[in-house]
Amino acid sequence: MSILNKIFTKSSILVPFVSIILGLIVGAIAMLAGGFNPLLAYSSLVQKVFGTPYDIGETIRAISPLIFTGLAIAFAYRTGLFNIGAEGQFVMGMTGATIIGVTLDLPWYIHAPLAIIVGAVFGGLWAAIAGYLKAKRGINEVISSIMLNWIGLYLSNLIVSRWLVAQGQQKSRPVKDSAMVTMDWLSSHMNNARVHWGIVVALVAVILFYVILWRTKLGYELRAVGFNKDAALYAGMNVNRTIVKSMFISGLFAGLGGAFEILGVFGYQVVMPASPGYGFDGIAVALLGGNTPIGVLLGAILFGGLGYGANGMSFEAGVPNEISRIVIGSIIFFVAAHGIVKFFLKPFFRTRSGKGKGDQQGQKEAV
Amino acid sequence: MNVAEILGQLVNITLVFSTALIFTALGGLFSERSGVINIGLEGLMVVGAFSSAVITDYATKGGMGQGSPWVGLLAAMVFGIVFSLLHAVATITFKADQTIVGVVINILASGLAIYLTKSIYEGSGQTPTLDIPFHKWVIPGLSDIPFLGDAIFTAYPTTYIVIVLCIIGYFVLFRTPFGLRLRAVGEHPSSADTVGISVTKYRYIGVMLSGAMAGLGGATITLTTTSGFAHNTISGQGFIAIAAVIFGRWNPLGVAGAAIFFGFAQALRTWMQLFDWARDIPSEVFYMLPYILTLLVLAVFTKRSFAPAALGEPYDPAKR
Repeated sequence: MSILNKIFTKSSILVPFVSIILGLIVGAIAMLAGGFNPLLAYSSLVQKVFGTPYDIGETIRAISPLIFTGLAIAFAYRTGLFNIGAEGQFVMGMTGATIIGVTLDLPWYIHAPLAIIVGAVFGGLWAAIAGYLKAKRGINEVISSIMLNWIGLYLSNLIVSRWLVAQGQQKSRPVKDSAMVTMDWLSSHMNNARVHWGIVVALVAVILFYVILWRTKLGYELRAVGFNKDAALYAGMNVNRTIVKSMFISGLFAGLGGAFEILGVFGYQVVMPASPGYGFDGIAVALLGGNTPIGVLLGAILFGGLGYGANGMSFEAGVPNEISRIVIGSIIFFVAAHGIVKFFLKPFFRTRSGKGKGDQQGQKEAV
Repeated sequence: MNVAEILGQLVNITLVFSTALIFTALGGLFSERSGVINIGLEGLMVVGAFSSAVITDYATKGGMGQGSPWVGLLAAMVFGIVFSLLHAVATITFKADQTIVGVVINILASGLAIYLTKSIYEGSGQTPTLDIPFHKWVIPGLSDIPFLGDAIFTAYPTTYIVIVLCIIGYFVLFRTPFGLRLRAVGEHPSSADTVGISVTKYRYIGVMLSGAMAGLGGATITLTTTSGFAHNTISGQGFIAIAAVIFGRWNPLGVAGAAIFFGFAQALRTWMQLFDWARDIPSEVFYMLPYILTLLVLAVFTKRSFAPAALGEPYDPAKR
């Protein structure tokens, strides 16, 4: 219970809630500036997300990778690291899964799990490079993982176009059926929406996140280092090794997301002009969710819905679907700069809880 | 082609690619010297690239002729400053986490730029190719010098501007009271505050300078090499500029040197394609090269940090 109380304090609910509203307002302003009708756009967004069983299935499909990348970023954040490289780890996860899925011939009960695990490990190792560079060479993990994002993108393209390519096409040969993790029985009930086992594993990962961080010795160490590096060092913990471990686990989450994207959704990997962006949206998901597992789940649902619903906005109201990036960006902006939100909220706190009380509340939470 | 010509070409391409990096890195340097990390340089470059492309296009259509790219350049600076104010307000006034806000700036900038491009150009994800971008200036007299003439004295006007800015930047930072105060705010804000220097004011100036310069950096790319804006116009160069700030040890001349090094890594990609033997190497390897070199250089050089002491810390007078 105590953890629930910790997660759901007054400001941890109110700030994201108000930020979402402010973000939607910014989006509406951008639409007005572009000459579009925000009311029509937002109603077609909701329509798109919940409209048909197919849309619901596809929304779930859009949510699953965000749970993984959100967890990846939240996990690193809890241990004092900012893993902006989830994007590259996601792409490497895709590639690992594709390599196994395309090249091997195995029974399904080995093939699919192996492809998933290799994808996850690819992501983990890719993140561990940034962890190693931080631990051993003192390089800010933000800079190194951005470089690794680009290197990962081109490396994946290189692997696909050199060794896995389908004759005459800009994509890999199809992943063998034995490695696919689609939920065909559910898909057929949803007009072939691309639902897959990733969502189930994502929910398990949410629980695992909690267990690893708050119920194991490793998690205690990771959090201790994140909370106060010097104190952890003084307590005899190997801070450098912890950094690498933390990044590795964080990358596992992102890699899993990438693996399921290939094995559950596409069944092949394309040569990508740009990376898919789930890693960056994961930052939004983690931040909005306050870096807690439940928060990440809720954040992923919101942003997954926004991202998928944006297609409806562009179809019905003609709004370019980059509008979802603007809304997502604004929401994180307000969450990060919660001082601005509290500034807006101050008058409401005052009138509702009598003079002075609101201020005291604010101060307590600020510390 | 003889060896001198081939090398001259390499130097020339290096300068072209370095110019945008130097602009942006110089801006990042001023922000960081005031104590504010600006991961948002990438986004600010996108803002500069987008606004310069659109404004130049409209200026050309409006009959500005050869003045068009100059109007675009100026617009990029103004929009860069405006956008950087988001960063400044959030991190300096409201003490938000600088790294996170920087990331937000990047997401917002790319989203907004593509969104507006599509809104303005009827659904097209890129601006039309500019009719009047910058053309290379051939410096009379100097351009006749063998090797150096082709290598250095035939360059885009932005390159000459950035060289002057580097020298001014060095002078301002280390030889003027303004520079001293800016550095003081980044090293020891509470002491600076004690002697009456406004930490808030200098940090705002630092961040706005980074917005102006990164805007110019972005504009440099659209107005010289790509002649238009698309989603992949900047593709990570803002981050390479941040690496250049670290590699250049927060000194304008060092930063320029580092940026030239990274520009060289990008130039290699273009330059190598002049040779037949390089055709067998997959293009992806060349695309990876600048990022791999950046990582390697950082791995070798960052162990000893010369970063401003208060970098990344919001200043809270109450904790003095």
